[in-house]
Amino acid sequence: MNVFDRAYDDPVRVLDEDGTVVGDVPDLEEDELVGIYRDMRLARHFDGRAVSLQRQGRIGTYPPLSGQEGAQVGSAAALGEDDWIVPSYREHGAAFVRGLPPEKTLLYWMGHGDGARPPDDVNVFPIAVPIASQVPHAVGGAWASKLRGDDDVFVCYFGDGATSEGDFHEGCNFAGVFDTPTVFFCNNNGWAISVPRERQTRSATLAGKAEAYGFDGVQVDGMDPLAVYAVTEAALEKARDPPEDRLRPTLIEAVQYRFGAHTTADDPTVYRDDDEVERWRRKDPIPRLERYLRSEGVLDDDRVDRIEAEVETRVADAIEAAESVPRPAPKELFAHAYAELPPELEAQYAEVETLREERGDAAFLGE
Amino acid sequence: MSDTRNLTLVQAVRDGLHTELREDDDVVVLGQDVGKNGGVFRATEGLYEEFGGDRVVDTPLAESAIVGCAVGMAAMGMRPVPEIQFSGFMYPGYDQIVSHMARFRARSRGRFTLPMTLRAPYGGGIRAPEHHSESKEAFYAHEAGLKVVIPSTPRDTKGLLAASIRDPDPVIFLEPKLIYRAFREDVPEEPYTVPIGEAATRREGDDVAVFTYGAMTRPTLEAAETLAEEGIECEVLDLRTVSPLDREAIVDAFERTGRAAVVHEAPRTAGLAAEITAILQEEALLYQEAPIERITGFDVPYPLYALEDYYLPSATRIEEGIRETVEYEP
Repeated sequence: MNVFDRAYDDPVRVLDEDGTVVGDVPDLEEDELVGIYRDMRLARHFDGRAVSLQRQGRIGTYPPLSGQEGAQVGSAAALGEDDWIVPSYREHGAAFVRGLPPEKTLLYWMGHGDGARPPDDVNVFPIAVPIASQVPHAVGGAWASKLRGDDDVFVCYFGDGATSEGDFHEGCNFAGVFDTPTVFFCNNNGWAISVPRERQTRSATLAGKAEAYGFDGVQVDGMDPLAVYAVTEAALEKARDPPEDRLRPTLIEAVQYRFGAHTTADDPTVYRDDDEVERWRRKDPIPRLERYLRSEGVLDDDRVDRIEAEVETRVADAIEAAESVPRPAPKELFAHAYAELPPELEAQYAEVETLREERGDAAFLGE
Repeated sequence: MSDTRNLTLVQAVRDGLHTELREDDDVVVLGQDVGKNGGVFRATEGLYEEFGGDRVVDTPLAESAIVGCAVGMAAMGMRPVPEIQFSGFMYPGYDQIVSHMARFRARSRGRFTLPMTLRAPYGGGIRAPEHHSESKEAFYAHEAGLKVVIPSTPRDTKGLLAASIRDPDPVIFLEPKLIYRAFREDVPEEPYTVPIGEAATRREGDDVAVFTYGAMTRPTLEAAETLAEEGIECEVLDLRTVSPLDREAIVDAFERTGRAAVVHEAPRTAGLAAEITAILQEEALLYQEAPIERITGFDVPYPLYALEDYYLPSATRIEEGIRETVEYEP
């Protein structure tokens, strides 16, 4: 059966909560499976450290992703080398898989513009904060890919709240009309800050919204990285080489949960109860995959320890790297507004430098 | 001397699009009714037939996606030219314009740049229904990261459109639809550009500098002719680009005359005239001999058309406004 020929409320599953196989395990090499496990551990550890850094005042407001590693890593791991991801602000786990150095994410949340510039060989769009506004970009990018005869697919991430936005509708609608190689990946974590999924729409599922655009929609257990991998891989394949009776785009609704707050500025105890959080913690994607990989003989204590040590070192290095970056020079304020610095901005920059020369940085920093 | 064709302003838009589509495979025109219909003002007439539906694209009716998809295309190095059918319908795309089109480059610290040109017919005076007549260039001039171009002649239109499409940065290209077919001008057939950010002197004079752009250029010149009969000589500067402004030309004209008026059909408060006045205060205060006159639309919602002639600056209103500053004595 084609993975897309199922009821919208029948999620694709591969592993159950205990890591027992309940579906078709995607055909992955051992190192790929371990890679998914390692990248989830990386995202989880990074997340814990980032929340802690925020509490210590070492980074600014930060949006945690714990609980969502299965959806982020499972999907991003399925992408081809030249494919793109178009993220919102919570998808650093997916971006790391694509090759974004974790220090970039830290720098972004430390207020450094450089953190928003992915390295040139990393196919990641800059983080989009206004909800759903990145959806049309993913369609436009995919459209360009199609017009140029490239094979690149654009995977767009957004949350359940985003499906209420006009840009979600407009983007999906364009993707259907122009049959662009776009995968719309909805991280349905149940909550748009304090507003529950049921308050966003009377639609029984978010996946079912695809019906209106004429392309496939599918629900997947977003806490199951292997199910996410399988469904994303199928969507990517269809985007590149669709069968005659199907359009290239796919809407994937990955049902999941954020264990933590919307951001470090949010207190989720105000709007949801601990029992709910506990119920979802039992579905945690990381122990689930770990149990499966142990049962397959792919992981053992030794290897898990080594991965843990590797991940800790990588995050510690990233923190050190990010914290050793000095405050950008004031010229950076003006540097990228336009391709060439216009004379008026040159004059405004000169204002800054003149005052700096006379009064030093203290004139601006109040130090 | 190259061959020319005698074109209206809207034909020059079409000619400019045609030339750029021919010169560069990355140029794509997209919007509502731009394909088979050739545009509601005929600005894209025949382009669909010549370049096909992949490059001259009829889109669904959704301004945010028209702009947002163009952002995605441009980030990938294409040169999309989205059209919004009337500037009064740009607002559903406004978030895409200010949150992404204007700042994608800054946001990615130069990794991505957006060589896209958003075209829209703008302005009043054509007896159009509600929401079809506004002049909101100040919204876009206020937004860092954008350039805002407003041509007033067919020849400039083709050259400025080419410059906009070839520019590495995003451009809002507002076409004064009142003068889409008002007059003709010889327009070179070959590709050429008119630089963004340079004003053009439309009339020389020593008594007062008058700054204007778009459809207001013609009534301003008409007023200048009337005043010339009384011996008042106006220097008329057609700004052509309202962001970035040609500060040098503006200040220079003011320093030579000591008096100035600014004419635009957009509302007065926080409009371009206020910005130009501030520039003159900052850079040429001691040359100033009289208050700077703002001859503009009023601070009211644009009226239904029975009253639009009272709203839009007429040649007579412009003439009186200029006379006010010329005759001022402290």
